[in-house]
Amino acid sequence: MSQAPLLEVKGVGKRFGGFVALEDIDLDVKEGERLGLIGPNGSGKSTLVNCVCGTLHNETGSVRFAGQALDGLPAHRRTHVGLARSFQLPRPFMSMRVVDNLRVPLLYTVRRRSLLISSQKELDDRCMELLRQVGLDAKAKRMPSDLTQVEMRKLELARAMAAEPKLLIADEAMAGLSHSEIEDIIALLLRLNAQGVTIIMIEHIMRAVMSFSQRLAVLVSGRKIADGAPADVVNNPEVVSAYLGQ
Amino acid sequence: MRSWTFFLSALGVGLVFFLAALGLGNDYVFFAGYVVLQYIVLATAWNILGGYCGYVNFGTAAFFALGAYSSVALHKLGANVNRYASGFLADILHLILPLSLPSLVIVGGIVSGIVGLGMGYLTLRLRGVFFAIATLAMAVVLQTLMINWDFVGGSRGAYVIRPNSISAGPVTLSYIEYLFLVMLVLAVVALTVARLIERSRLGIGFSTIRDDEMAAEAAGVPTLRLKLIATMISGAFMGMAGAPLPYYLGYIEPSSAFGLPYAVNSIAMPMIGGTTSWVGPLIGAILLGSLQQIATVTISSAVNLLIVGVLLVAFVIIAPAGIVGLVESWRRTRARAAS
Amino acid sequence: MSIDLLMNAIVAGLLLGGFYAAVTVGISISFGMLDVVNIAHPAFIILGSYIAYIVNTHFGIDPILIAVLALPAFYLLGAAVYQLYYWAFERRGQEALRGLAFFFGLLFITEVGLILVFGVDYRYVEAVYIGPTWRLGFLDFPLRMLVPCVVAVLLVVGLQLYLTHTFIGRAIMAVAQDQLALRLLAVDPIRIKRIAFGISIATASLAGALLIIIQPIEPSVGREYIGRVFAICVLGGMGSLPGTLIAAMLLGIVESFTATFYGPSWAPAVAFGFLLLTLAVRPAGILGR
Repeated sequence: MSQAPLLEVKGVGKRFGGFVALEDIDLDVKEGERLGLIGPNGSGKSTLVNCVCGTLHNETGSVRFAGQALDGLPAHRRTHVGLARSFQLPRPFMSMRVVDNLRVPLLYTVRRRSLLISSQKELDDRCMELLRQVGLDAKAKRMPSDLTQVEMRKLELARAMAAEPKLLIADEAMAGLSHSEIEDIIALLLRLNAQGVTIIMIEHIMRAVMSFSQRLAVLVSGRKIADGAPADVVNNPEVVSAYLGQ
Repeated sequence: MRSWTFFLSALGVGLVFFLAALGLGNDYVFFAGYVVLQYIVLATAWNILGGYCGYVNFGTAAFFALGAYSSVALHKLGANVNRYASGFLADILHLILPLSLPSLVIVGGIVSGIVGLGMGYLTLRLRGVFFAIATLAMAVVLQTLMINWDFVGGSRGAYVIRPNSISAGPVTLSYIEYLFLVMLVLAVVALTVARLIERSRLGIGFSTIRDDEMAAEAAGVPTLRLKLIATMISGAFMGMAGAPLPYYLGYIEPSSAFGLPYAVNSIAMPMIGGTTSWVGPLIGAILLGSLQQIATVTISSAVNLLIVGVLLVAFVIIAPAGIVGLVESWRRTRARAAS
Repeated sequence: MSIDLLMNAIVAGLLLGGFYAAVTVGISISFGMLDVVNIAHPAFIILGSYIAYIVNTHFGIDPILIAVLALPAFYLLGAAVYQLYYWAFERRGQEALRGLAFFFGLLFITEVGLILVFGVDYRYVEAVYIGPTWRLGFLDFPLRMLVPCVVAVLLVVGLQLYLTHTFIGRAIMAVAQDQLALRLLAVDPIRIKRIAFGISIATASLAGALLIIIQPIEPSVGREYIGRVFAICVLGGMGSLPGTLIAAMLLGIVESFTATFYGPSWAPAVAFGFLLLTLAVRPAGILGR
């Protein structure tokens, strides 16, 4: 396996008007790694995700993924090459049933890569399997508007997983979940990781991040202030004062 | 039901109507029926972009008139080949022109489809409202263009002489019967295409655009390309619906071809019928189209347009899902009461 | 081309542009600041024209005075329309498709309604300043254009002062950006939007009177203004009143040139070219970032 990182973020910057949302961010993620990305609200975590996934366009710097430059590529192309993300605020397709929400990435992303899922039945089976993994199989035929906020987060995660990504970015997938549900989701993400999926977890729930991550990166006010082994990072005095200590 | 089966059965239903109308032996039935069929095409076309993708097109009249004017231009050219071309080019034009009505329909579709693609390319990257506003303005501009284009009659308009009848083998039809038949086939094609889209991967992609474009992109849907496809198909059908208009009216001028009624009806019909499936525009077009055909005979055309406007506003406020939605919710309530 | 023809075309364009600013300022508030795509705005303007026409022909009152007197009525009409729009569409998140169709329906109903009452004959008003022309050297200042232009500029400046110097005004400017911050200040965003929309429709009363001073009108004239107002609003930077004024003057000059050198029948196409160009090249407008 090559030593080049799967995701290479170099010098990425983004401003909104006069407000600097991201400044000169460098971040490498190795294949198979589990990275935790933390930082206070408004520190630029979601903006970074948006720049990596093509929802926003960074003004400076570059993003490379699996050896390919992503700059200028629209979001759907990035999904096709193996980047998937869940949205912090769930954005289900409201006019489609829960199960049909998962068909979209299967039809538009997975099917582009292989003809494995060709029949209607295989498609349905795959959707149901994904729903079972996040514990939504009982709600397959309901509309998203019937779901609770927590269930919508699970749907969001399942839809990202459905694209069969090489790198999955879970943006606060666990907010509001109960103790045992968090355990379930972590177990699920660990299983995916064991299958070879690289995962970036953005989370406020420190217990979850600490138990999941092999490495931790910290954003504060649009700048990366720490990056390393979780135990070292949480004891880093700058991190403690800027984030954890407040 | 497979698409072919659907196409043939719809065509069958249409032909039954056609034969019944022939039996009545009254030309008015064909004149009125043509308009209703034309509105079925326009409403279905509008709904492919508006209902499925959620992008509002106020420029139906422009696409429609473009189809009509491409027919006029070809008609004029055909009548005056020697004045505008010479030599080899003239020989070719003599060979091709005058085009048959179905070919004119196809040409009209191509012209409007290309214009739709161009419009979309310029405005669809932005928020949906900009597209809507641009289509609104486009109608005014194309109208200005036609007013200033003397070749197709300018502001005075142009006469198009239509044959009295048309024969194919042993069958002879009066021209209005022929026009009706062409529009009937076009309506069936439009409905079949709309239904096909709805059930395909393309249709699912369209729905994701209507629901949430950002999430659609994240799931791998190429939203811009899909929107362009929808705009092109929708515009093409509108142009096709307009292509026979000069032959139907016998006379065409900018203010009638670009008339606001086309824009209003093509929005009102799907909205009143229901925008989520091909059935909605069909129901809306049949109801509103027939209503207007009956109303123009009894009351003034202004009043019946006022009725359409009021119905449109009333429906979007009170019954946003249209007649189809009302029927569905009524069915659900009954099913719940039964269980 | 002669220099005085050129200069006169510029003057005529500036005068026309001033008037366009009055026509657009309502859209700059509703579309630019509130994000309410009121494509029926030109219909409200035509309504203003007809009110000026009726009162003027019956009582001989000055059309601009009539418009000023009608301001409260238009304000209330606007507030009512917004309340309905909010209740039926914005609240349900359906403004994109059905909200647009709603305003399109309003546009259409107003136009057809006016046709039913007044027919399609052109109507005009009488006022002392319609007819005479001031001459400054070789420059012509037809009062028919000059008076509307002055009134329009006063209207835009007045609104800008209101928006920047009063609490409600600043709340209106903030409502599109940050509804949450307004809530924290215990200001109800819906109330602010209702007031702002009322103001935007009130400007239609004045713009309508100016329109019928400038040209005779019939019900469908309003449609010609849809392309113009949105072109100006977008070019002006969506919701910036100074930007609106500049963009309006610019369009006025370009249209005046087109009319002078190519013939007036091409003028409606200019606004559309303007709009498409703006959307394609610079969607943030001339004063945008």
